[in-house]
Amino acid sequence: MVYTQSPLAIGLFIIFVLFVLGLSFFLARRTTSASGYYAAGGNIHWFTNGIAFAGDYLSAASFLGICGMIATAGFDGWMYSIGYLAGWMVALFLVAEPMKRLGKYTFTDALDSKFNSKSIQLMAAISTLAVSVFYLIPQMVGAGVLVQPLLGMPHWVGVCIVGVVVTIIVATAGMASTTYVQFFKGALLLICSTIVVGLVLFRGLGTEPNQGGTKEYHKFQTLSAVVADGSLQVAGYEVVAGLDSEFGKAGFVKLSQDGLESVWHLKENTDGGYSLDEALYVTENADGTKLFNGAPKEDGKFFAVGHIKEITVDGKEIAQTGAVGPLEFLNRFKESTVVLWGKKYVKVGDATTTIYYQKPTPGSRILRPGLKFKVDNASGLDKFNFISLMLALFCGTAALPHILIRYYTVPSQAAARKSTIVGIAAIGFFYILTLYLGLGAMTNGVINITDNNMSAPLLALSFGVVLFSVISSLAFATVLGTVSGLIVASAGAVAHDLMDNFLGMNMTDKGKVRAGKISAMVIGGIAIYLGIIFEGMNVSFLVGWAFAVAASANLPAILMILFWQKTTAQGVAASILVGLTSSLGLILVSPDMWVRYGLLPQDAPIAFNSPAAISIPASFIALVLVSLVTQKKGAMIEEGAEA
Amino acid sequence: MGHGPAVKLAKDNAAGYKARIGISMFIVYTLTYFGFVVINAVNPTLMEKVYFGQTLAVLYGFFLIIFAFVLAIIYNHFCTAAEARLN
Repeated sequence: MVYTQSPLAIGLFIIFVLFVLGLSFFLARRTTSASGYYAAGGNIHWFTNGIAFAGDYLSAASFLGICGMIATAGFDGWMYSIGYLAGWMVALFLVAEPMKRLGKYTFTDALDSKFNSKSIQLMAAISTLAVSVFYLIPQMVGAGVLVQPLLGMPHWVGVCIVGVVVTIIVATAGMASTTYVQFFKGALLLICSTIVVGLVLFRGLGTEPNQGGTKEYHKFQTLSAVVADGSLQVAGYEVVAGLDSEFGKAGFVKLSQDGLESVWHLKENTDGGYSLDEALYVTENADGTKLFNGAPKEDGKFFAVGHIKEITVDGKEIAQTGAVGPLEFLNRFKESTVVLWGKKYVKVGDATTTIYYQKPTPGSRILRPGLKFKVDNASGLDKFNFISLMLALFCGTAALPHILIRYYTVPSQAAARKSTIVGIAAIGFFYILTLYLGLGAMTNGVINITDNNMSAPLLALSFGVVLFSVISSLAFATVLGTVSGLIVASAGAVAHDLMDNFLGMNMTDKGKVRAGKISAMVIGGIAIYLGIIFEGMNVSFLVGWAFAVAASANLPAILMILFWQKTTAQGVAASILVGLTSSLGLILVSPDMWVRYGLLPQDAPIAFNSPAAISIPASFIALVLVSLVTQKKGAMIEEGAEA
Repeated sequence: MGHGPAVKLAKDNAAGYKARIGISMFIVYTLTYFGFVVINAVNPTLMEKVYFGQTLAVLYGFFLIIFAFVLAIIYNHFCTAAEARLN
């Protein structure tokens, strides 16, 4: 995809970044103590904190990743929204108030509050760092994809901008600025997304996604072909790779007309002939150069996709619905046939061609699971993978360090509870919007099929550059804010948990803040590096992994400390160790990681991608067994279970 | 170094009551959520069936989001009342 940069978009982006930096410097003057740096002094209002929760949570994964996944895989993308929101019920009902009651600055404080154990301090700090770094990767990848259409810069530049700006923010003001940045960003994101959804409904559904008449959509052709003298014949075209070629074996042919090559999806007709549907393709040569539809990217031969093939209302086909309400939109969508896009790889010599081909799909099929997750006629392992992911999403939220530390920024347990409810309301509303944003992108001809992360901002672009500029800048601020929160959590783990508590360095209050700031800079550097090497992966998918690690390493320890009196310090440390190593280990040998290593996914030692259904029970079992074995050494002495 | 709260908290006599309500509501929501997950995994075609003009998948998804908010409000109501009564 080739994007044209707008001075307005660039200007707005710069204003947003400067505003965020200005706010940080302003608040930095008020942050001199460790309590101010790590917990904003514990005096943030619950409503502000609740919207800041939404700001923290509605990260690149929600805004970019989920919308992109819905735009290409329908309901399966929305399953992430449902799972992410359900996780908040664990946070509200089980974790919010006890976390506030037990902790000081970090999640480790709460775990360690009844034991003062070196092993808990070490393991919890390592876990916080691991989860935060895993969560940082998708945020940085999101930043990279945003700057390409916004500023016309390559992926790595976006990653570096976020890394540097956030490190400056965190190294200046800590949790107070992070909270206010998240508050403004969370509120603006909700407002702007509502506006975009309103415009999507006003535009309605149509078979010609010409963006309100402002942009012509590429007309995908269908050709007829016959087999004569043993070879495929297509009128007006020369066959470059026919039925016997590698393309033909994969169900495609490559044709040429006026020197321009094109790839077509073969469909055999009942009369023995073929119909050919136009496809999109990207060829990667051995030297790493890429051609998009046979030409360099700059030539603009690669098209945005996303259109409806047929809309049926009361048994009659129509071209345009006109403005519709939210329920009518889903109703009309359900009765339409929408063109989705399949993906296949063809290898010829050293060159690999990725082919994106049309898959007309009934709307009702898109509005139920199964297009991304293998649940239809699936093997037991496929179903296990799906359930494991949904378990990770459910259990992960209440174990994310950057969410947990937000409980220390409010003054009381009631404020912790109320801010969680505000967060649930804001996040739930946004997740309803994601369904419309995703389906809107799917039907408005805006999807970059090679990287679906930009679907929501590009949908906004179809309504004009102003909305696109605001939404993209907000999305960038989203990344800035979430990365800030993660880096504060990581810095707290290093400076407060490891250096001060575990190593007993007895730093002064000022020393603790300085150590946190230096840690923030190192972690920022690591995040930049990881953001660059994970380019191209769906950010919500990556967040699924972060949730699995958090849920496995942290949640069993949090819940058992609160609700099982026999929990011991050794049990907690063992639980974190087993949860962390098993989830990370399973991810590192998963099929999707095998692809990142440049290997074939089917050669991976395990056949599933989501480890939570194994690593969460393993973590619970480790805690129970070790606690039972070590009863005399470290049984809980205080009131113990809250229930 | 101490591990106490960042701000001094008053003793909360309602903590046990709130925890019990929280666990009950957690069980209710968890069963509802895993009902959704199990139907999706075991019988995904059921999710394509249309009720009240929408697929079951969409209806159940909306229900889970709205139900979360409703439960949260009810939980807060009981907790606030308990805090006023017991503290």
